[in-house]
Order: sequence, then structure tokens, then C-alpha cells
Amino acid sequence: MAHLAPTPVLEPGQDRTMILNMGPQHPSTHGVLRVLLEIDGETIVRLMPDIGFLHTGIEKTCEAKFYQQVVPLTDRIDYLCPMTNNLCYVLAVEKLLGLEIPPKAQWLRVLMNELTRINSHLVWLGTHAMDIGALTVFLYCFREREEVLKMFEMVSGQRMMTSYFRVGGVALEPPLGFFDRVRDFAGYFPEKVDEYENLLTGNPIWGMRTKGVAVLSAEDAIALGATGPTLRGSGVDIDLRRDMPYSSYEKFQFKVPVSQDGDVFARYMCRVQELRESCGIVRQALDGMPEGPIKADAPGIVLPDREKMKTQMESLIYHFKIITEGFAVPAGEVYQAVESPRGEMGYYIVSDGTAKPYRVHMRSACFANLQTLAKMCEGHLLADVVAAIGSIDIVLGEIDR
Amino acid sequence: MALAPAITDIEQLKNHPAVALLVAWNPQAVQGVKFDREEMTIYLDRSAIREACALLKEDPACPFNFLADVTCVDWYPSEPRFEVVYHLLSIPKKERVRLKVKLDSGSPVVESLTSIWPGANYFEREVFDLFGVRFTGHPYLRRIMMPEDWEGHPLRKDYPVEGYR
Repeated sequence: MAHLAPTPVLEPGQDRTMILNMGPQHPSTHGVLRVLLEIDGETIVRLMPDIGFLHTGIEKTCEAKFYQQVVPLTDRIDYLCPMTNNLCYVLAVEKLLGLEIPPKAQWLRVLMNELTRINSHLVWLGTHAMDIGALTVFLYCFREREEVLKMFEMVSGQRMMTSYFRVGGVALEPPLGFFDRVRDFAGYFPEKVDEYENLLTGNPIWGMRTKGVAVLSAEDAIALGATGPTLRGSGVDIDLRRDMPYSSYEKFQFKVPVSQDGDVFARYMCRVQELRESCGIVRQALDGMPEGPIKADAPGIVLPDREKMKTQMESLIYHFKIITEGFAVPAGEVYQAVESPRGEMGYYIVSDGTAKPYRVHMRSACFANLQTLAKMCEGHLLADVVAAIGSIDIVLGEIDR
Repeated sequence: MALAPAITDIEQLKNHPAVALLVAWNPQAVQGVKFDREEMTIYLDRSAIREACALLKEDPACPFNFLADVTCVDWYPSEPRFEVVYHLLSIPKKERVRLKVKLDSGSPVVESLTSIWPGANYFEREVFDLFGVRFTGHPYLRRIMMPEDWEGHPLRKDYPVEGYR
């Protein structure tokens, strides 16, 4: 919230321009983003995003919580891909602890992560198309998203704030019928993607609004810290799932969609292809799901099963100690990054050897991606700002934290 | 899986491209190294950070061309109080390195990296806003999360979690 008082100061001789305020209450800004635009007629001279309206001090709150209590907070920073944030956080803590995770838990994490990516991309596609004026796609996307949310509810009891992952594994065994439901979904989902593409990809109006609009070169994208589809849409071939694998991603086969054009359409194509690839990963995860435990064998860190807790004294003691005192994590620091639907989501955690993190920093993909907005829009038309904002897929909860 | 102890001997770590490059460039600037949990940390002198980053970015063998993150850790009440932490990524070589600069509480000032990576802009503004560390040469160093008239820097350790009442 930096520019409440002076909006960009106009230099003498610039009296042709005017300042237009967009947001924070604007339906196409996907939350509470305020954009200050200096315009000359219909052309943008300068663009300045103003963020911070949703700042809740999550990083500060984390410092006052036990390690296991931070997991629900991580859901809330990016409410469209809670599992990705859960995963990134627990991977970072497990790296600090040096904990080995059983294969089944890793595969479940991959499965849930790809469902989360589908969920997040569906919301993006629906709202992005709606911003540009294609209202039907929104309803189609939310139809499939509803099914994904129901699956989340099955495994975790929550539709959005799932908190399904735990340090050392996942919270619960998925219930009976869950895998069948996912298999069913993965079976018909590619047809649904065809449906969205029928509506948009070849549509001349969609093409006119997106092709050649808000172009970002590869050099600019790297220099401005863009990641994820925003970077791959500009032709830089990097995906952390493939290039720096975590949680058994090296065992899955998938393509990384890259486009050279760098415009809104290129980013759209990357994400739509990712929907198909994610669906493929979901199918592989279902087919190859290993048997075995879903939690690591680390009694002082992982909560015991409810049944054991009620029958065995030792488990009860561990349970009591973890809940009341937390678990100590050896001193040190780690940076763990995962490929979230929006780009590189990173957690930097510093431990001082106690049961509470000394510092938790979230490297948010949108926060860096938002910096590309000025580069995309300056010198172009006012109407394209909405398309550009949609194409970088921002979530303000993650930007402001 | 037991944790391996951290390696801090610079001679053992010379194989790492970033360490080799920086030691060959200016051994005085490298104050220490640490290899812990498969991650490389290099402690740099405050005055060397911008040139070191420019050098790492252009390294032909392993260009660390992407600035992934800038953040800060407050070690109040010990001195030097602040550690500014940079995470660099090499997109061609898929290699990461962490650079650290220690700043004392008297003058928490360090050179800005915005001339090398314009993307450092928001990250440095965030560190300035929440920790009160200043970056010289930054084009627009103003609060980004907190309101303009906010007093104090919330992520400092002497700032209460529930805020001032």
C-alpha cells in the first residue's frame, strides 16, 4: 500500500496524460490488486501495481507456531492451490529434519498436487476467459472444478483449506472409493479440455484479444524473476518437477509445454497443455501407487495412529508430547522450491534448534510475476491490461501474504 | 537418514562453480562457506555483493542468471544483526546457490541488485518494509506491504507478534 498519497507525479510537458485508478475493488483484478495507470488517450504510458491490501503477516505468525501448526497457515496464502503450499512447506521441514518419506506418501502427494494444479488452472481459465468476455467457459470450468473439490473433501474433509499433508507423510489413508472416483475423473477430463479448447483456441475473437497482446521476451521474463507458465510462455524451458525433482516426480513421464511467442495466447496454451499433462500424471500415479505406510517411522515427529494412541501407553505419550511441546528441529536453514501452478513456490526456513521456526519466508511466484505486468502493458492499449492481468494468473493472497 | 554434518572448509568446497569463481575473483570478499543439507551458502562481504552477483550472472561455465529470492533474517539481539539472503538459480545448469550478507544494526545498508536483475525491485522493497534494511541504488524504495504511515518494521524480532497496543 505504498502510493496512497501521491500517485505518479506528472512531469511538466506531460499534461496530455491522466491518471486512472483501477481497483482494488475491480472484478478483473482477481482480488484486491490496485493498478495505477498513467494513460495518454487509450495508450498506457506507465503502469504501477499497488499491493499489500491483503497483507496478514503470515510470516510473522509462523514464528510463533510449532512446526506442525504452520501447515494450516500455508493453505491460506494461496487458496487455489493449498496442497502445493502444504507440500513445499513439509518438504522443507523434512529436509531440515533429514526425514525419509515412504513411497506411498510421496505418490499420494504427487497425485494430490496434480489434482490441485488442475483445480487451480480451471479457476484461472474460467476467470481469465470471463474477463475477456467468454462467460460460458467459466461455467464449464467450475463444473469440473467442483468434482476436484469433492475429491479434496473426501480425503481431507475440506474443500479448499485442505491441510492434508503432514511433516512425515499425509494425514489419513484416502477413503474407500476415492481412487475409483479419481480414475473416473481422469478418464473423462481430457474430453472436457477439448471442450474448452473448442470454445477458445480456434475462436477468432479470443485470438484477437490474446495473440500478440502483452508480449514478454525471454530476457525480460528472466530479468524480472518470472517463473512457471509466465516464463515458459516466453520460451524458457524450465520446470522444477522435471529439472529438480522432488517427491518422486522423477518417476513420472510428462511433457513440459513451452511456447515461443510470449503473448497472452502463448501463456494460455501452456496452461491448457499442462491440464492434459497433469491428467496424465494423475493416471500414472493411480496405476503405479505403491503399497505401504503413509507416514514415516519417526515416533517423536509423526503423530501416532488414533487406534494405537488409545491402546498403547507409549503412543499416548508421544501424542501428548507432540501436541503440547511440538518437536525440535536441528538448527540450520533450507530453501525448498516446488513448481506450483503459478511458478516457483519456495520456502526458506531457518531453524534455531527449537520447536518453533526461527524464520519462515515464502517465495511467492505471483509476487515476482506481477513485476512483469508493467513491461507487458506499457505502450499498449488500456483494454489489454485486463487480458495481461489474467494471463499471469495472480492470487493476491500469495502476493501479500 | 541421519543428517551429515555441515562442511565449512573452503578447500573442500572449491569444486562448486560459484565458490571457485568468487574465490578466484576476490578471496577477501568471501567470508565463509557452508555446505549443509545439499545446499551451498556463501557469506560475502557487504561491499562485494553487487559485483559478485554480476560476476555470477555472467559466468560462462555455470551462469547463475536467475534471482529467485531475496529475504532477510533478524538475529536480534546478537550482532551483526541482519543477514540478507539471496537465492540464485542457474537455469541452464539447474544449480542453486545462496549468498548471504551480514549487516549490523547501526547501519543496515547494502547495495541494491536492481541494476543487475530488475526483478529484485519488489523483493528488496519487501525487505525494506518488513525489516528496515535499506538498499542503495534502488529506484523506488518505499513500503510495499504495510501502509505508508506505518511505524516500525514488523518482521524484526523486537516487534511483538500481536503488534503494539
